[in-house]
Amino acid sequence: MSTESSYYVPEQSKLPIVAATGMGLMAYGAASWVIGDGNIVFTAGLVVMALVMFKWWSTVIDENMRGMANDQLKHSYVLGMLWFIFSEVMFFAAFFGALFYLRVIVNSWLGGDAAIGIFDDTPTDAAVANNELLWPGYEAEWPPLVTPDEAANGANATFIGPDEAMSFPGWAKLLSWLPLWNTVILVTSSVTVHIAHTGLKNNNRKQFVRWLGLTVLLGLIFLVLQAEEYIHAYQHMGLTLDSGIYGTTFFMLTGFHGAHVTLGTVMLMVSWFRSLKGHFNHEDQFGFEAASWYWHFVDVVWILLFFVVYVFD
Amino acid sequence: MAHGPATLADGWRAYISRWVFTTNHKDIGTLYLWFSFAMFLLGGAFAMIIRAELFQPGMQLIRPEFFNQMTTMHGLVMVFGAIMPAFVGLANWMIPLMIGAPDMALPRMNNLSFWILPFAFAILTSTLFMEGGGPNFGWTFYAPLSTTYAPDSVNFFIFAIHIMGASSIMGSINIIATVMNMRAPGMTYMKMPLFVWTWVITAFLLVAVMPVLAGAVTMMLMDINFGTSFFDAAGGGDPVLFQHVFWFFGHPEVYIIILPAFGVVSQIIPTFSRKPLFGYSSMVYATAAIAFLSFVVWAHHMFTVGMPIAGELYFMYATMLIAVPTGVKVFNWITTMYKGSLTFETPMLFSIAFVILFTFGGFTGLMLSIAAADMQYHDTYFVVAHFHYVMVAGAVFSGTAAIYYWLPKWCGKMYNETMGQVQFWVAFIGFNIAFMPQHFLGLAGMPRRYADYGLQFADWNMVSSIGAFIYGGAQLMLLYNVIMTIKFGKPTTEEKTWEGAEGLEWTVPSPAPYHTFSTPPEFK
Repeated sequence: MSTESSYYVPEQSKLPIVAATGMGLMAYGAASWVIGDGNIVFTAGLVVMALVMFKWWSTVIDENMRGMANDQLKHSYVLGMLWFIFSEVMFFAAFFGALFYLRVIVNSWLGGDAAIGIFDDTPTDAAVANNELLWPGYEAEWPPLVTPDEAANGANATFIGPDEAMSFPGWAKLLSWLPLWNTVILVTSSVTVHIAHTGLKNNNRKQFVRWLGLTVLLGLIFLVLQAEEYIHAYQHMGLTLDSGIYGTTFFMLTGFHGAHVTLGTVMLMVSWFRSLKGHFNHEDQFGFEAASWYWHFVDVVWILLFFVVYVFD
Repeated sequence: MAHGPATLADGWRAYISRWVFTTNHKDIGTLYLWFSFAMFLLGGAFAMIIRAELFQPGMQLIRPEFFNQMTTMHGLVMVFGAIMPAFVGLANWMIPLMIGAPDMALPRMNNLSFWILPFAFAILTSTLFMEGGGPNFGWTFYAPLSTTYAPDSVNFFIFAIHIMGASSIMGSINIIATVMNMRAPGMTYMKMPLFVWTWVITAFLLVAVMPVLAGAVTMMLMDINFGTSFFDAAGGGDPVLFQHVFWFFGHPEVYIIILPAFGVVSQIIPTFSRKPLFGYSSMVYATAAIAFLSFVVWAHHMFTVGMPIAGELYFMYATMLIAVPTGVKVFNWITTMYKGSLTFETPMLFSIAFVILFTFGGFTGLMLSIAAADMQYHDTYFVVAHFHYVMVAGAVFSGTAAIYYWLPKWCGKMYNETMGQVQFWVAFIGFNIAFMPQHFLGLAGMPRRYADYGLQFADWNMVSSIGAFIYGGAQLMLLYNVIMTIKFGKPTTEEKTWEGAEGLEWTVPSPAPYHTFSTPPEFK
């Protein structure tokens, strides 16, 4: 808590109000867009946000280079990043929690299997009636290739289940299973970013720049493969956002993860460009460290995803 | 601007840019407080429309569709626009002063956190003028009412929630970083004023649950516009999932609202009892315990939804457990007053009323926690009465107490004690006339959120409406008192406005200089 120099309190700044305006435009534009026209307002907001974020972080980097940030301020940044990552964890927790609830509780309820208790697995009367009256013919299974709607209403259903799921295809086809490769890539990238970090700590710039560049490359490869998987799902598997709860949870979980990988890749890319310009040294590296923490976070989320979305059926 | 803040004398441009571009925690605190008061009046106006319509049975003033929009918007504006920003404003003003910090840890982000709010509420309020009307599904926006059957404006509501959530998360991260990193030398955690403690725990709750709310509205957005089936059983989803996700946010949210209020009262009662707070460390632990429990009791809002009996029992007992740490707090406040040299200035009156009425609201909460009994109480006016006792007599009373308590420190002027006490009594009496009868209405079976009611409910509804208008009038008196104090109040330069007050905020001059604690004070 001691301060060797006084804490830097910035002068007035035009950045926040511009950022708030950008967010307002994006929010209003997005809401108008989903019900009609609004893409121009949304895009304008996006451009404003991109510019202001660039300017904002340039300002912070510039202040740091001029030595205005003392250790105490740097610690504020560290706390800010850590708690931001915690908030991201909770965002994913909402979706993982939803997946758990839908898979374990709702699915057996819709299929008429919801049990009376832990020790008595006789289905409750309510669950049986729910199944027989509302969704006759629906059987609880995961991944659900038939939606309750489809089971009850056949071809008239709104929600048509996917033709196949993304699950583990068996050991024989293991090597052609894309999610496995994505896992390998992401785990490797967590290692490479760590090697880059070690290089920086030991003042080995070459190691730092090279391994960081490799990490960015791996991130991009992951994103390309993910896009390929989505295209395959839409074109060949009948697996879409509206193919019932399996498509819903699959695309929302992997989609939000992909969005966070994109963000993490951008952060690492910025760090890489900065490293080319000679930024960062073994004492002053928070910008890069924050990006690497974020990267480890998206990696951990992926591993969880890999098991609960792809592996365990 | 290094020589002090611009005033109106420096011209409009300089004055406006001071507030828009500010990085000063006191300016931002002031902005939050005025914004929240404006929202309080807006939400209050919606409440007045509701109570005017309910004055008599039958439809007199508005259409039922508009009534639904009013109940929804009243709840949303009061929770997200009035109460939460009011306490963030208090946090901005007081936390740096209380812990001896020069400012908040991240001042520019602090400004962003505030300025998002006017945009968010402009978007939210604009829905009332859209085709199909504004949100009409209740402030808890249960699916499928808020998805399948919602007006188009629900999309604006969703994105408004998104950006106000971003504002809350940034504001909370700022508070956590400030408290963890910027305390004056010697200010250990267990020496922090209780207001700081309750806020840092609140900030933790906010960072934990605002993203969950963002998740809930994102699922709605996808269900409405992109064909997903989170809340649609036809696709394998479940509307009850919405309630689980929402209340996982929603229950901690009610503690987000009340914990800072606990903090305020824990500052004020010792001052006017001229005794240190009784059981400081037990207060800290009780606050933490309440925060922890708030994460594991959410489904007590859903007793009638058809949960397994084991779930009902678990959520019932877990909920009752909250009464233990809350009881610790109430007993500590009372014991602080015991054998103290009490005086009853306006902040103290509001705080004592807080203790009494909040405890009353807590007891009705305990009644609601009984799963079997809740089958009767659920979605009746008994619930409405319960949460207004904890939200209004809890959060709003303590916020009002805080304004009277710290106003001399903020503006260097003393409010008129007589006017303050008159306002208190009008508010206190009006509040109880408005909400006490709603208990009777609820127990007699009157459901909430209806534009009309049976004749047997007529008398108490009329009483309740009269009380609501008295209480609304009390808020205009508060506004009058604050403006009169700022304009014509008796100047005070004393550092310690209240003789019994303790803490670093009472070591700086009144009004508090624009920049305080540029070098950290020594705290013993």
